[in-house]
Amino acid sequence: MNRRSLRSPLARALGLGSAKSGVLHWWAERTTAVALVPLCLWFVASIVAHSGSDYAAFIAWIRSPLATSCMILLLVALFHHSALGLQVVIEDYVHSDVRFAAVVAIRLGCYGLAVLGIVATLHMALGG
Amino acid sequence: MNRTDNGNSASARPRPLSPNIQIYRPQLTSVLSIANRITGLILSLGAVGLVIWLSAAAAGPRAYGVVQSVIGSWAGQIVLFGCTFAFFLHLCGGIRHLVWDTVHGFELRSIYISGWTVVFCSVALAVTAWVIAGWPQ
Repeated sequence: MNRRSLRSPLARALGLGSAKSGVLHWWAERTTAVALVPLCLWFVASIVAHSGSDYAAFIAWIRSPLATSCMILLLVALFHHSALGLQVVIEDYVHSDVRFAAVVAIRLGCYGLAVLGIVATLHMALGG
Repeated sequence: MNRTDNGNSASARPRPLSPNIQIYRPQLTSVLSIANRITGLILSLGAVGLVIWLSAAAAGPRAYGVVQSVIGSWAGQIVLFGCTFAFFLHLCGGIRHLVWDTVHGFELRSIYISGWTVVFCSVALAVTAWVIAGWPQ
């Protein structure tokens, strides 16, 4: 450390290294987890309430603005949380060159499935 | 000791391993930790099922009917109940982790109380959801 520098150690450390983005994965996993608590409970409660209802009743439900919004938010949080969680599992158990490819494949797969689900939801909500 | 190592015995000798998971007697703490990870994997597969279900519904009543009949079969019902239990276990375990993130409940007694609470709550919530869902029929 350069003792002649007038900048404080904190000022020199801020914005550098793992303190910048190292906790991003951990933080995003917690943020999505908190979001998923009400969204998943809403989803399970809706499924329980609609058990035994037919196709027309299901479409009428998903077309309501609240259900459409909650379903899209659920898909975003769910697949973001899944991608982060599956990445940790791969990093813990895969120690070969496959690891990087597997993490990338998980990311692409999760985001692809999220988009597929969102498009399907919007198709039902906005389609004639 | 090993004749196939071509004299390079330092690299061929088995390296000492620290005792791993199969050495220890299962405890509530370790079992719930592993269960949280396994239920996460199961729920990731369940999320794929959710997208298939939504896509079928968007495709029309016939595709939706096919998916609903698969879910309605006895095998589908077992898988769906498994997913329900996995969801509630992961939810309760996840809330326990969020509490730990606030640096609370790390005493051994608290950890066992919260652990058994997670087990009983997830079983009770899964059974309750299915009882309510099956009530009118």
